[in-house]
Amino acid sequence: MLLFRTWKLGIRSLLLHPMRSALTVLGILIGVTSVIWLLAISEGISKEFQKQIEDLGAENIIIRSIQPPDESGGNFREIKAFGVSRADYNMINRTISTVQRVLPIRELPQKFAYTGNPNVKPINGRLVGCTPEYSEVTRLVISRGHFLTSQECESKSSVCVIAAQLASILFPSEDPINKQIFLPEKKEYFKIVGVLQPRNATAAIGGSLAAQDFSLDIYIPISTMRMRMGDQETKRTGGSFSIKSFELSQITVQVDTVDDVPKTAELVEATLRAKDPDRQDIAVVVPYELLEQAKTTRLMFMMFMCLIAAISLVVGGIGIMNIMLATVTERTREIGVRRALGAKRSDITQQFLVETITLSVVGGLTGILLGLLGPFVFEIARGGLESFAPNLYGLVPQVGRDMNPEIVPASIPVSFFISVVVGVMFGLYPAMRAAQMDPIEALRHE
Amino acid sequence: MNASPKKMAAIISGLQKHYVLKSETVRALRGVSFEVPEGDYVAIMGPSGSGKSTLLNLLGCLDRPTHGSFLLGDDDVATMTDDELSAIRASRIGFVFQSYNLIPQLSVVENIEVPLYYKGTLNSESRKRSIGLAAMVGLGDRLGHRPTQLSGGQQQRVAIARSLVNDPYFILADEATGNLDSVTTEEILALFQRLNDEGRTIIMVTHEDEVSVHAKRVIRLRDGEIQVDEPIKNRQVFTEEQIKEISKNASSESEE
Ligand SMILES: Nc1ncnc2c1ncn2[C@@H]1O[C@H](COP(=O)(O)OP(=O)(O)O)[C@@H](O)[C@H]1O
Ligand SMILES: [Mg+2]
Repeated sequence: MLLFRTWKLGIRSLLLHPMRSALTVLGILIGVTSVIWLLAISEGISKEFQKQIEDLGAENIIIRSIQPPDESGGNFREIKAFGVSRADYNMINRTISTVQRVLPIRELPQKFAYTGNPNVKPINGRLVGCTPEYSEVTRLVISRGHFLTSQECESKSSVCVIAAQLASILFPSEDPINKQIFLPEKKEYFKIVGVLQPRNATAAIGGSLAAQDFSLDIYIPISTMRMRMGDQETKRTGGSFSIKSFELSQITVQVDTVDDVPKTAELVEATLRAKDPDRQDIAVVVPYELLEQAKTTRLMFMMFMCLIAAISLVVGGIGIMNIMLATVTERTREIGVRRALGAKRSDITQQFLVETITLSVVGGLTGILLGLLGPFVFEIARGGLESFAPNLYGLVPQVGRDMNPEIVPASIPVSFFISVVVGVMFGLYPAMRAAQMDPIEALRHE
Repeated sequence: MNASPKKMAAIISGLQKHYVLKSETVRALRGVSFEVPEGDYVAIMGPSGSGKSTLLNLLGCLDRPTHGSFLLGDDDVATMTDDELSAIRASRIGFVFQSYNLIPQLSVVENIEVPLYYKGTLNSESRKRSIGLAAMVGLGDRLGHRPTQLSGGQQQRVAIARSLVNDPYFILADEATGNLDSVTTEEILALFQRLNDEGRTIIMVTHEDEVSVHAKRVIRLRDGEIQVDEPIKNRQVFTEEQIKEISKNASSESEE
């Protein structure tokens, strides 16, 4: 009852200066909102990262070929093969017992066209030579037709499976199944036997920072690719030629269980580097380790965000203290009167504490409300950027485009609690100062 | 309330108050002794710097004496802690200040209740009592008004109602009419007389003879000592009719 009156009085005193109180509240509000938003964004980003890494497969080990910097100086005669070789592939497949299966993959940037639809210019996509197991290990989902079969691979047929987006560009109004895709650079035709469902981009691997995009892929049997295209690639850039030679772009090693991944990764690495420990033309990527790293990174990221939020809360708290010190000075006479009418020092402390706590709690609650709106605001801002400033939007990293801010439930009670603590902490000094005043002096104050 | 074996509202003996400054010690009161029986009406007078305010602060339990004793009922104020002094002020002292000192964010009736709030006896019954006091000082129709909406005289009447709410040993008035014009001063003095007639003890500080002549007794201070302590010879008393007339005018003023 008495406490209720104290609150009522506190609120009324604050309402005597509505603008001043509102601005003070704003300091805390921004602090609390930023706690919730920053945590939600960092959570969203790390979830997205984690998802991308998981899409690589936690039980997989990926070995990428890396083209060494050109040292031949335009001397074409000796073209050295780089990267993972079929010999490496066989060695891993045969000697490491914890390996369940190994996928050989060879990728070529390639133009694709459909001669039945001359309106569409050739599309720059990616030709991927692989084996039937590829679809299982990378969890591809077929929407029409079927993925490459072992029969097709053995017979080295000219068949292919195409990604959803590519299919919709080349065949806007036709059924792609059984149509022939034309590769103008290779003068080859491939018959479409299957169409995939859209697939998410996965985390960057093999030294590149960009996430892997699969939307313009065409998959053909790796045996067919070897027979028809060999290991050498000739690229015409301007007037000059460049030739590179590589057997495989990547091999994906699938391990029995996730627990065996670190051990197997060491063995794989050792096998590949048996001859040349310093070879620079491969990179071993272990998604499982990336996942572990991502967890630590997430924690650090969150702590960093918390630090920023804490700073803004402290700034808000100092704002409160500043205002309360001014209020106490301004209301010296009132304090004297109250003391003369029987208020104890503790009553005065309480009165001013109630006011600061009211300010910080109002700031905390409105901050939480605004914080909960964070994901919507983010969505709207992203949508707005995408439609009104596409150039700027293009600069946003992939993760920023794909991720969804996710409110961390704990951030709500925590930020509320912190705002109350800030109110008490920064309100205590002004309140005590008010209480320590000599009532006679205070009454004389003009 | 006729006190035949006179009960004492306050007994002061050998009261001294020293202010210790860096360079010197100011002896604001140098041994003051007097008794205030219940129902008395005392005017404290004296030149500036003679110790009037110091004495009033001691009587109001806002401060403790350096030497001497001040008995309030059965309690010696000189030995009390800060919180005990606060409790005494909340329960048994009524203050009326020169500049009214109402709390701006509270209404008339809430201002009257403030001492009860700190005494801890705020309830629906005390609310009725506060409303009754507001009516008694002629502000029954202004209960919800804020101090800024009232004239000086009206504010001072609220302050007087506030000083009565905790049924105090005495009312301490420090230049209570100092800020008011002569008509309003009459109004307040008439109210004091009515309260005194009802048995209230009043101690007021003033430097105006026109004000002090309404009291029953005058204490003159000089350099921290009592120079004169005597009954008022030609006490000016409002008649029943005058009091009625004044309070009628006062309430019609508040009707405006
Ligand atoms: N807080 C104080 N500190 C030091 N000296 C004081 C203080 N209060 C009053 N005095 C001194 O005590 C003396 C009496 O002051 P006061 O009681 O205010 O006189 P009055 O009210 O009669 O003018 C004066 O000399 C004054 O300077
Ligand atoms: Mg004075």
